[in-house]
Amino acid sequence: MQLGLHPGASDNRGFPQGARAMTEKTVLNDTHRASGARMVDFGGWDMPINYGSQIEEHHAVRRDAGMFDVSHMTVVDLHGERTREFLRHLLANNVDKLKMQGKALYSCMLNEQGGVIDDLIVYFFDEAHFRLVVNAATRAKDLAWIEQQAGSFGVEVKERPDFAMIAVQGPNARAKVVGLLHEVDRARIEKLGRFAAAAAQGPHGMPLFIARTGYTGEDGFEIIVPTEHAVALWQALAGAGVKPAGLGARDTLRLEAGMNLYGQDMDEGVSPWEANLAWTIALDEGRDFIGRKALETQKATGVPRLMVGLVLDEKGVLRHGQKVLTANGEGEILSGSFAPTLDKAVAFARIPAGEPGDVRVDIRGREVPVRVVKYPFVRDGKPREGI
Amino acid sequence: MSEIPGDLKFLKSHEWARVEDNGLVRVGISDHAQGQLGDLVYVELPEIGASVQAGTGTAVVESVKAASDIYSPVSGEIVEVNEVLNDKPETINEDAFGDGWIFAVRISDRGELDELLDADAYAEQIENEDH
Repeated sequence: MQLGLHPGASDNRGFPQGARAMTEKTVLNDTHRASGARMVDFGGWDMPINYGSQIEEHHAVRRDAGMFDVSHMTVVDLHGERTREFLRHLLANNVDKLKMQGKALYSCMLNEQGGVIDDLIVYFFDEAHFRLVVNAATRAKDLAWIEQQAGSFGVEVKERPDFAMIAVQGPNARAKVVGLLHEVDRARIEKLGRFAAAAAQGPHGMPLFIARTGYTGEDGFEIIVPTEHAVALWQALAGAGVKPAGLGARDTLRLEAGMNLYGQDMDEGVSPWEANLAWTIALDEGRDFIGRKALETQKATGVPRLMVGLVLDEKGVLRHGQKVLTANGEGEILSGSFAPTLDKAVAFARIPAGEPGDVRVDIRGREVPVRVVKYPFVRDGKPREGI
Repeated sequence: MSEIPGDLKFLKSHEWARVEDNGLVRVGISDHAQGQLGDLVYVELPEIGASVQAGTGTAVVESVKAASDIYSPVSGEIVEVNEVLNDKPETINEDAFGDGWIFAVRISDRGELDELLDADAYAEQIENEDH
């Protein structure tokens, strides 16, 4: 057998390796190793894939509360009087939806051809300060692109390597985090709406930026913390009963929840129309964002491919790259995995547009029937009806 | 990580072979290998009666995120497969050197056994892999 196969979440499909000479480490690296994590290379970062059992970690997040070190992700602060105007131009979603301080928005950042450079979350602090959180593996090209565009708006682009980030997810995640906050902050953070963020004091008075966002389909928070406090926060969360979970579980959780992974489900050669990201495109009147012309042309003429969900009812596992056979020709599996909540394999696939008929997947030369379904596959911790 | 039983022989590619009293060779993957693969969710077993060649893909194990070919350490005929793995593939994670065996071969050339690594040589190999 071949070992050292990259376990899916850890690979860098769809984009070239960065030119980094060494693997980078988050400030929690020693903490992960001390708790017996199995470490893998993820986009140039040495990250925990699991702490023993990926499946148990997955269930911990669906049923209780788990935490992920996502400090490899890139935090970028944008400063300048014209920052909102700049973001109207940079992003395919409309930053004008952000009216209240602390509100967050998911968006694609497109190239002129309408291909996805990256997906990101933007937070609104004030008119002269917004924050982006972008993917780790796309860090260098994202920063180069953002800086190139920012110049003419006089916006300063400042990466924040002084921050770590911990995602705490699961039905009991918010309560466990809130219990660790300074008393004066608890009620306010408890009431924080979805896709909103606020500052609060954590254990020992450490300053936290807490966002009610995530990548698992469960409720919870993503917490940005100064690197010097990250280990103490991780340990306090562990003490509150939050179970460490690796990037393996993060990948199966987000797949079940119907969330795209950049590089696997979309990239610069894929339009948001072909990646089920139409809900993130704001073709509002008069806003000239990068890629808009291409998107409008594609919308008018129709795109040749669709992204669909697949369920395999037989034994076996759907995997990235497997061929999908439809009435209209071949497609391929994007993200595919065994789904622990469902106890069977599910996948996203990109297939030719039109009624697909009976769909089969080529698994090692065998044509296996699959069902085309609407995803998310899992909602509120339970399989969706019909999955 | 559990001890490597001294009666086992290994392929470099992490399959073990145990020669039994009745002359059958039972095959599985090492504890080190299951640890690297993570939680196993599916095992594709060979058919009883199939003939296999040493060093060729005979079964497939799939963990949550990766599929791996299992090579037979010896040539011969498949005479048993571990049906338990159809419903409980995690048996390999729990007991790789025992209940997690995958198939058994009636060996056609006992000379092939001499080409396999003994337990100490295999232990040394994985020791070196880890550094």
